[in-house]
Amino acid sequence: MKKLEETISLSFGNGGEKTSKLIEQIILPAIGNDALNLLGDGAILNTAGAIAFSTDSFVIYPLVFPGGDIGKLSVCGTVNDLLMCGSIPKFLSLSFIIEEGYSFKELKKIMASINNAAAEAGVKIVTGDTKVVDKGHGHGLYINTAGIGERIQGVELGKNRISVGDKVIVSGNVGNHGISILCARENFIDSTIESDCAVLNEVVLAILKYGTEVKLLRDPTRGGVATTLNEFTEGMDYSIELIENDIPIDLTVKTACDLLGLDPLYSANEGKVLAVVSESIAASLIEDLEKLKLGKDAAIIGEVVSYVEGKVILKTNLGGKRILDKLNNDILPRIC
Amino acid sequence: MKLEDKELLDNIKLLNQYKGIVNIMEVCGTHTVAISKSGLRQALPTNINLIAGPGCPVCVTPDIYLDYVYELALKDDIIIVTYGDMIRVPGSQPEHTLEKAKSRGAEVKIVYSSIDALQIAKQNPNKKVVFLGIGFETTAPATAIAIIEAEKLNIDNFYIISMHKIVEPVMRALLEDEELSIDGFICPGHVAVIIGEKGFKFLEKYNSIGVIAGFEPGNIAKALVEIIHSKETSDYVLKNVYSKLVRKERNLIAKGIINKVFKIENDIWRGLGLIENSGLKLREEYDRFNIESIFPVNYGSNEKNKACQCGDVLKGKIRPNQCKLFGETCTPDYPIGPCMVSGEGSCAAYYRYNF
Repeated sequence: MKKLEETISLSFGNGGEKTSKLIEQIILPAIGNDALNLLGDGAILNTAGAIAFSTDSFVIYPLVFPGGDIGKLSVCGTVNDLLMCGSIPKFLSLSFIIEEGYSFKELKKIMASINNAAAEAGVKIVTGDTKVVDKGHGHGLYINTAGIGERIQGVELGKNRISVGDKVIVSGNVGNHGISILCARENFIDSTIESDCAVLNEVVLAILKYGTEVKLLRDPTRGGVATTLNEFTEGMDYSIELIENDIPIDLTVKTACDLLGLDPLYSANEGKVLAVVSESIAASLIEDLEKLKLGKDAAIIGEVVSYVEGKVILKTNLGGKRILDKLNNDILPRIC
Repeated sequence: MKLEDKELLDNIKLLNQYKGIVNIMEVCGTHTVAISKSGLRQALPTNINLIAGPGCPVCVTPDIYLDYVYELALKDDIIIVTYGDMIRVPGSQPEHTLEKAKSRGAEVKIVYSSIDALQIAKQNPNKKVVFLGIGFETTAPATAIAIIEAEKLNIDNFYIISMHKIVEPVMRALLEDEELSIDGFICPGHVAVIIGEKGFKFLEKYNSIGVIAGFEPGNIAKALVEIIHSKETSDYVLKNVYSKLVRKERNLIAKGIINKVFKIENDIWRGLGLIENSGLKLREEYDRFNIESIFPVNYGSNEKNKACQCGDVLKGKIRPNQCKLFGETCTPDYPIGPCMVSGEGSCAAYYRYNF
């Protein structure tokens, strides 16, 4: 087999011999399986019963960051979305848009990350696509993944299931991913903060053991905890009241945010779950989560209230209350 | 419980025992946000009336500068470099923001430090790199240092537009406004780091109570207790509860740097009009770094939306939620005036945090 060049040129996206070379020498060795190896136009799959289906695109920059890379993120993102739907992730599609000039060496590293994350999540990548675009487009690499998960029996998730008195739980410390990316991209401060990017199978399955006592799950990605909880309350006749003191935040994240004039409640997370659950099982659920590697900092952070409608209220450390709004624009560093 | 938390809660209890009516102005936008964000505003009784003042530098920047910066950004050979707040501030039209200019192809970069702007100039020798100098005495030294460094390193494509302002003239203008009834001021702690306690001593001549405070809720609550105590005892001597950072005397090095590069001139404040000797502009010897000498500002251009009551909000005459446009026409998503869009704007703080 002829040795590949060092960088990807436009011709690797033309569907011809070079595309085949890319697939055979880079993609299949990393993530091949009986379905993908057939290289059909699509994959023929069997599932048990009802399914959940989700998609996500990944345009993160830098492509490699503390705690992960775009490859790992592209698997975690869709796997976690399927878990939030109350399903067991089974199959993923994987599409690349590669900028001309991207190095094969770097692409191999991304493929290895994708393989590791997929193995950890127990998913198979069964179909995919590769395109190459002109230099100056694509920021190196964009990825899209779509996924299918098998619905878990005895679970019913939705905003309309939430009742006053339900508790709000987070599986761990918040804000790490957003701040780590900002520091890696802009080099504002010398930071050791890592993204929390991770697949959440173990955590979600531990939560869903409580069946219909679990009302809603969401991973607080873009816009952070504040924005995600606003999605829970928007248009509803209840609100969520959070207790500021109870929200777990790493000291390094808090300090970085203080220095940069940012709020960790609006910073993205890629390895956390927000759950609304019945009050009766909240404490027991926390005990279960604390035994897991990705749940050791789990906490009850608030509850569903009825004294105002459709809002997220933060009860501050000194007992006052304020509205925690949705993120409406990019979080920006202040002047003074 | 930590000692400072206990002190905070004790002060809040004390403030809730006070039965008199008192009007206190928090001059600085960062104080407005801190008071709202910490929930301190809700923890106080309604007879203690906190009024947001004109100390948000973005909020007091008039449309002529905002329109100017927008037009400048769209020029092909210009890179605008700015602190974050300025990106979304609208000029006379809602579309005249740097964010919109960026989406139309303008090069706009956000930095935390003026020295980063110099780096951008070095990396882009074929462009004019224009740093937006905005803020009070707190940030003026950083702009001045960038100019001094640019001169030392012979960087000939670095420019600034100075929209820096100083705090004393606007506070005097408020004190001389007969319509206003303010019992005391929470004085901005970071400005005081530069100008010292001395910089706020002028308040005593007006028999106006002033307490210099930092930005933690504990320090602010302490300042409120001091103001009320001073009112009850008719004690008009300036107080300082931020003494860990604020000295009696000004920071001579910072003042020296400001004086070296800037001169004081009359300046226009949004909603307040012209205030004498209130702005910092580049001295003639630094004219080659002044982008206004290449692209002059049009000081005679139009005023904007007549219904906008930013001026009354900035003077503390009305609360943000008393402006006719608040919350309906003017929101953080679609701001009419800077008070709504700036991270430290009074209107944005009220909209985001109060209910």
